[in-house]
Amino acid sequence: MSAPAPGLNEVLGRTFPFPKRHFLSVMDLNPVEVGDLLDLADGFVALNRQTSKKLDLLKGRTLMNLFFENSTRTQSSFELAGKRLGADVVNMSPRSSSISKGETLIDTAVTLNAMQPDLLVVRHASSGAASLLAQKVSCSVINAGDGQHEHPTQALLDALSMRRAFGRIAGLRVAICGDVLHSRVARSNVALLQMLGAEVRLVGPPTLMPAEADRWGSAVFHDLRKGIEGCDVVMMLRLQLERMDGVLAPSQREYFRFFGLDREKLACAAPHVKVMHPGPMNRGVEIDSDVADDLSVSLIQDQVEMGVAARMAVLAALSARLDND
Amino acid sequence: MTARPTAFVNARLVDPASGWDGPGALLVKNGKIADVIQGAAPEGLSDDVETIDAAGAMLAPGLIDLRVKTGEPGAEPKETLKSAALAAAAGGVTSIVVQPDTDPAVDDPATVDFILRRARDIELVHVYPAGAATKGLKGERMAEIGLMRDAGCLYVTDADRPIVNSKVFRRLLSYAKGFGVLVAHRPADPWLSAGAAATEGEFAGRMGLASVPPAAEKIMLERDLALAELTGARLLVDQVTTACALESLERGKARGVAATATTSINHLSFNEVDIGDYRTFLKFDPPVRGEDDRQATIEALATGLIDIVVSAHAPAPAEDKRLPYDEAAPGAVGLQTLLPALLAFHHEGRIPLIDLMRTVTSRPAELLGLSAGRLAKGAPADLVLCDLAAPMVVDLADLKSKSKNSPFDGRRLQGVVRLTLVDGRVVYRAD
Repeated sequence: MSAPAPGLNEVLGRTFPFPKRHFLSVMDLNPVEVGDLLDLADGFVALNRQTSKKLDLLKGRTLMNLFFENSTRTQSSFELAGKRLGADVVNMSPRSSSISKGETLIDTAVTLNAMQPDLLVVRHASSGAASLLAQKVSCSVINAGDGQHEHPTQALLDALSMRRAFGRIAGLRVAICGDVLHSRVARSNVALLQMLGAEVRLVGPPTLMPAEADRWGSAVFHDLRKGIEGCDVVMMLRLQLERMDGVLAPSQREYFRFFGLDREKLACAAPHVKVMHPGPMNRGVEIDSDVADDLSVSLIQDQVEMGVAARMAVLAALSARLDND
Repeated sequence: MTARPTAFVNARLVDPASGWDGPGALLVKNGKIADVIQGAAPEGLSDDVETIDAAGAMLAPGLIDLRVKTGEPGAEPKETLKSAALAAAAGGVTSIVVQPDTDPAVDDPATVDFILRRARDIELVHVYPAGAATKGLKGERMAEIGLMRDAGCLYVTDADRPIVNSKVFRRLLSYAKGFGVLVAHRPADPWLSAGAAATEGEFAGRMGLASVPPAAEKIMLERDLALAELTGARLLVDQVTTACALESLERGKARGVAATATTSINHLSFNEVDIGDYRTFLKFDPPVRGEDDRQATIEALATGLIDIVVSAHAPAPAEDKRLPYDEAAPGAVGLQTLLPALLAFHHEGRIPLIDLMRTVTSRPAELLGLSAGRLAKGAPADLVLCDLAAPMVVDLADLKSKSKNSPFDGRRLQGVVRLTLVDGRVVYRAD
């Protein structure tokens, strides 16, 4: 028999009360909780680099991945996070099942809830979908992206990547560039980074900027060079290609010319700049391969690694609360 | 159903048509208002008169709501003419105009006749159909406006769907004018509005909701006013909800365009922040606006720039509302809450009671040529007796509509309907 599993507090080395039942929005968190989650995630990064990666913090628990939008990356990240903590993981893809037979989101959730999962990870194309589900089920709900609203675990993993690269987040100057209008990654990142004391800028053409984005507490730029001037971090957002066919931008080549990140434009940023991207990338559209693949500036691979650790931290924190119920 | 004459005494008579807001009594005989006594109580009523002591409650003409949707024909589980009529009666609304966007659409005289016959059988409130302006509400070819008028439709409209083709709309206005038929049109630029669930601004941006700028309302309203001016036709502007469109309306009215404007009680009562955590009961069409627009709309109501308030009653069952915000059906039920919600502006001291009541009684009656909507000798005894001061908490379980999608759920309002009469018949009496 193995030794008894270490609890969350043993992993973290101190007590960590996490009072939330769901993980829906960055807005629900406070800086202390975020700091604890990042510390916890740091510990899991170390674990994930060992040969034996498995804990049984979540032993006996069931995690369901419910992805109404396809996402290989996020879904497998949550799957690995759950498995490494010892949970049983089930992947549901409603696209190919009953939801396409006219069952509503709520019906699907209530049905799955009756199977007694402990953690439900949801991605949906509609803003507010995760919050709606959380009102109707008895398990913990984790928002893995709801429409154009939030993607809180992405913001957490981005913060983790930045903190590991710079040793801090407060005082960093971060430019979030591209399609801010449609980006849940941008909304979660703006909220989290501002909470942690970073200076956040938004950069993109006016057609891809939300109305009154200047009231988000971030300076808005329509010129990439000026926007990233002196920035410690340049975070590029994914742009859906169909939006660039004269709809929101005239063409891919024009977009890349003005808003694509290449070496030459990147020179406007701080000398020690790090480049990030939530993936998947459109190479040659929003980012040049030359920059994306340069491991001396690019944190893009790190972000994927941090994703698993950050999600482990969220799962562990939520299940610690379950233990207290 | 009593044939005995009824006298209401000790009432606060509120009659916008005559401008009287004060104590008085009113006699109902044979379904008509037989006498109105302003001031002192009548003496020497004969013994066969049933006397109702109003105890100071407001006695006013029953409300006329000219924008009501039901699900009949075609979507009866949502709402039937009867359930809507029950809700109307309980809300002190004695005449409703039902919208033509049913299945099938009310775009020919036979369907107009169907609605009228159903309403007669139900025998509650007056139900009048609005006819479709274009066949199948497609915005392409005119519906049979003259025949529908003769069958009994009160005006024509394509309801929520703007008639995009300006040539079609111009001809429609010209043709309808020849028949003396009023045309209602929703001012909304269809391209800017496409897919929108909220009003553009900081709130919608943060919430990640597809949104429409308020200018979409102004753009279409400017076109409509220009075409109404060109043709000399009467135009009913179906819900003005933004400050920028109100500017256009004011200018249009000032230069003599024959435009009458409505707004909905929802846009007077809520702003976008009420959406909160994606509450789909706050999803309307047009979408709920920002506070600046709400305030401008209330102000326009106070000055009379907006003529008429509608409930914009639009039932949507739970399965159409228990969805993510962008997928949920728009609309709110409102027949039962229209009067108390409107009274909020009286209680706040913002708009005089008689002016508020005008927007839901005499003004719509004049516009539609109805004999109701006034406390005058010989007018139909369509009346509401309302205890103005009585508090209430809106409870979905009390709603008579088949659908319970009320954004007023849980709201504290003041003004309880005690009695509703239609043609002298009691159609609602509070327990």
